[in-house]
Amino acid sequence: MSLLLEPSPTMIKEEKLYREMGLTDEEFAMIETILGRLPNYTETGIFSVMWSEHCSYKNSKPVLKKFPTEGKHVLQGPGEGAGIIDIGDGLAVAFKIESHNHPSAIEPYQGAATGVGGIIRDVFSMGARPIALLNSLRFGELTSPRVKYLFERVVAGIAGYGNCVGIPTVGGEVQFEPAYEGNPLVNAMCVGLIRHEDIQKGIASGIGNTVMYVGAKTGRDGIHGATFASGELTEQSEEKRPAVQVGDPFMEKLLLEACLEVIKSDALVGMQDMGAAGLTSSSAEMASKAGSGIELNLDLVPQRETGMTPYEMMLSESQERMLLVVKKGREQEICDIFAKYGLEAIAIGRVTDDQMLRLYYRGEIAAEIPVDALAKDAPVYHKPSKEPAYVREFETMEYVPTVDNYEETLLSLLAQPTIASKEWVYEQYDYMVRTNTVVPPGSDAAVVRIRGTNKALAMTTDCNSRYVYLNPETGGKIAVAEAARNIVCSGGKPLAVTDCLNFGNPEKPEIFWQLEKAVDGMSEACRVLETPVISGNVSLYNETNGEAIYPTPIVGMVGLIEDVKHITTQSFKRAGDLIYVIGEASCEFGGSELQKLLTGRIFGKAPTIDLEVEAKRQRQLLTAIRAGVVASAHDIAEGGFAVALAECVIGANGLGVKVILDGPIVSQLFSETQSRFIVSVPKEHQATFEQLVEAKQIGEVTEHPTLVIEHESGERIIHLPVSKLRSVWKGAIPCLLKSKG
Amino acid sequence: MKFAVVVFPGSNCDVDMYHAIKDELGEEVEYVWHDAESLDEFDAILLPGGFSYGDYLRSGAIARFANVMKAIRKAAEEGKPILGVCNGFQILLEAGLLPGAMRRNHSLTFICRSVALRVENNETMFTSMYEQGEVITIPIAHGEGNYYCDEKTLNQLIQNKQIVFRYEGENPNGSLEKIAGIMNEKGNVLGMMPHPERAVHELLGSTDGLKLFQSIVKYWREAHVVTA
Amino acid sequence: MYKVKVYVTLRENVLDPQGNAVKQSLHSLSYREVKDVRIGKFMELTIEKSERSIDELVRDMCEKLLANTVIEDYRYEIEEVVAP
Repeated sequence: MSLLLEPSPTMIKEEKLYREMGLTDEEFAMIETILGRLPNYTETGIFSVMWSEHCSYKNSKPVLKKFPTEGKHVLQGPGEGAGIIDIGDGLAVAFKIESHNHPSAIEPYQGAATGVGGIIRDVFSMGARPIALLNSLRFGELTSPRVKYLFERVVAGIAGYGNCVGIPTVGGEVQFEPAYEGNPLVNAMCVGLIRHEDIQKGIASGIGNTVMYVGAKTGRDGIHGATFASGELTEQSEEKRPAVQVGDPFMEKLLLEACLEVIKSDALVGMQDMGAAGLTSSSAEMASKAGSGIELNLDLVPQRETGMTPYEMMLSESQERMLLVVKKGREQEICDIFAKYGLEAIAIGRVTDDQMLRLYYRGEIAAEIPVDALAKDAPVYHKPSKEPAYVREFETMEYVPTVDNYEETLLSLLAQPTIASKEWVYEQYDYMVRTNTVVPPGSDAAVVRIRGTNKALAMTTDCNSRYVYLNPETGGKIAVAEAARNIVCSGGKPLAVTDCLNFGNPEKPEIFWQLEKAVDGMSEACRVLETPVISGNVSLYNETNGEAIYPTPIVGMVGLIEDVKHITTQSFKRAGDLIYVIGEASCEFGGSELQKLLTGRIFGKAPTIDLEVEAKRQRQLLTAIRAGVVASAHDIAEGGFAVALAECVIGANGLGVKVILDGPIVSQLFSETQSRFIVSVPKEHQATFEQLVEAKQIGEVTEHPTLVIEHESGERIIHLPVSKLRSVWKGAIPCLLKSKG
Repeated sequence: MKFAVVVFPGSNCDVDMYHAIKDELGEEVEYVWHDAESLDEFDAILLPGGFSYGDYLRSGAIARFANVMKAIRKAAEEGKPILGVCNGFQILLEAGLLPGAMRRNHSLTFICRSVALRVENNETMFTSMYEQGEVITIPIAHGEGNYYCDEKTLNQLIQNKQIVFRYEGENPNGSLEKIAGIMNEKGNVLGMMPHPERAVHELLGSTDGLKLFQSIVKYWREAHVVTA
Repeated sequence: MYKVKVYVTLRENVLDPQGNAVKQSLHSLSYREVKDVRIGKFMELTIEKSERSIDELVRDMCEKLLANTVIEDYRYEIEEVVAP
């Protein structure tokens, strides 16, 4: 009887066993006050997970409040499985991004796969049909065997799961920096489509209604049980279990189809994914949101292993499980729908009116806790914050690079893994399944059409964490602005944001300062660009040996393309089209790809950004695209103008380009000044375009497949065949992966 | 003409197949669940791609025991057009309705991209709308598309003109003789790794897959004019 | 009760890309002695005693489902155990 091996309430208190579960002395005292008694082992475990940062956002809540979350199109803001935004015609988009960093660092394939699985469930638990996946990845430099292994296995895990479930992985980004060497980032985003009337929430309302469990059986996955047990207990307890959950995409596919059918039944009251802290969080949150209570009989919970304790069942993070609340007396209807998909829905409890989470196990009460204490009233901490010394220092540094050979520099930049083609990655993803992907991975944003309408959705994830590291506030603004730029370049109007805040240990004042400032910057950009934050996730403690990652607030953004004929890509389309650049370059090289290439380091000032200018340029460009006068559009990002121009021509079939620049050459070619675009315009639309957009004409698309950049002084700056650019750009990552070392 | 799209647990290109027929071809089409007893009311059977039963043992290995397979065998014997795409092809191989087997891709990774295919035989009910030797662009998306059969079988395939599509240019998965699609000796069961249903609309980048479905309709119309 | 161990491998004459990849990495780790690697599946079946011969039963399962004999070979070991 493993139950008997659990420490007694007195032992938990006296030996401070709660500390090993992550609770502080003060928090334990709070629990004692809430319960009016000492918690038992199961209850202590339940509090520890529900009051963890992951579930309660206890450290980040005060910061997250700064985000603008409202807007006229917002149907559901943060707090549910996913945020929802109206796109007209009775349709809405549900989306969210979530991290799976730590599991992926331990077991990259399963860590990444289960990350994808979790975010898909968040979206379909709202009643939305998942239509696209994106992912944002960060790794160390692609030189060490460990990083290569992590990179290859994470990509394989995302592919293995997403491909099998049949949701196209259409976009995202991958970057490589030494700061992520020991702590890679795996953030997965899912976008779903829903009719307004199908929106459903995770609530457990209606006293007497039945709580049902469906999906995979509960095992000891994800429980750090062994670390909590005292010495003599470990000897008798079962062998240490792996902490990593294993994903079952086939089960997910069945669950997805069955749940979307169940949504249509009015026998369903509420539904929620059993994600982190599985049964505990789903039951407590659903009851808390409804102002009700929940009673569960744990003997009825489907179990994969024998002898599971209430503690283990409540803390298990087994994947592919959903909790449903169903109208009393109508359970059979729900069972029948699941049975069609070979799944068994099992009644394990009922909704009560006393706002308690009460668990029965072998006829006895195993836990009894007020639901609000778990879901709403977790402690909130206002952490001290302090500007790191390096930030001041960087602000005073001037960095002006010198470049001897422009052609070689451009080729080297194109071969930088962060800039190079990610074809090796996205070819492993089925980005076409469901046959709605109009713009596949590789352009500024992915575009997915909405079948049955003329509309399409543009989607992207972005964050240049170097800028955020140099200046969190500016970097935060840029992350949002760049995402919006990518949406606009694809012909979409930015709608809303989901964010994944990946930071180091918030107990360090310098890290908390980074978090605060980044959120300040993002919030301001979201306000100016009118893209409210509708969902998100926080991942803190991303550190190895006390070294934090670069602060990395990933921005996931979705935009609406009103008519599929507005869909625009970055590649030049036709010889003779005029090339324009929107925005002027100045000497801004802090955190640039050129700086990294030349010095191997990141330092100095982040590029500046004026959000009003940004908004105006985006507005003008979108107007021109909608007027049908733009052939291609691409934002100028990492590597600057020359890299962006090369990207426009690499994807163009057999075409070339010739442009003439003025001013200081190095800045013109490689500066990462913000809010800039390269646009090509058919000659017949020149007048209209110039009327709509403030831009400077700099050259033409040519029919000779060469990239030619000249200076107005007559100097020939770059003259390279497109085939050469393409082979360097495409070959870089496969080449790095093959090289030994 | 009425098409059936057979849905196994884990099929995920069923929707694509359905819409290709309904929206782009404009023919009648219905989903048929894996436990169906009969396919008598249908004129052509489509086995879509995906990961039937998770493909956990081998691709297609479990699906071949689904109840509907009896009806599929019957339809094959009756000479109805049967098209298996990707996982559908793998199921037809496992079921023995087509010869050979699939191995993992040479690269050991899943590959999703548009590839060039050569139409090796246009005298079939699936390819009559193409030119002989025509090179078309159709996407592939699979982890196990590396076709294999023994030499004797290969010689038979060649002699009977059962190789319907070959990869043109680069061989994406290591497939024997660059084989992308084969049919049975009778010519009414076609299995292919590339996805014609993903190449039916300008927005998707290619419309080269449409002619395959149009060929089936043409065959059926002609057959019914004769018998009517 | 029987515990049956089933081994499924690609047939000798069928290329095994996974096996080759592992062989390459072993070589690069300077295990030059490795001449060949074949990767396969290992399955453990727990089977109740019945009227039918256990040997026949297992062979049937292998032929029908567990292996694809077009490309795979199989072998198995049967061990009789006491039911728990």
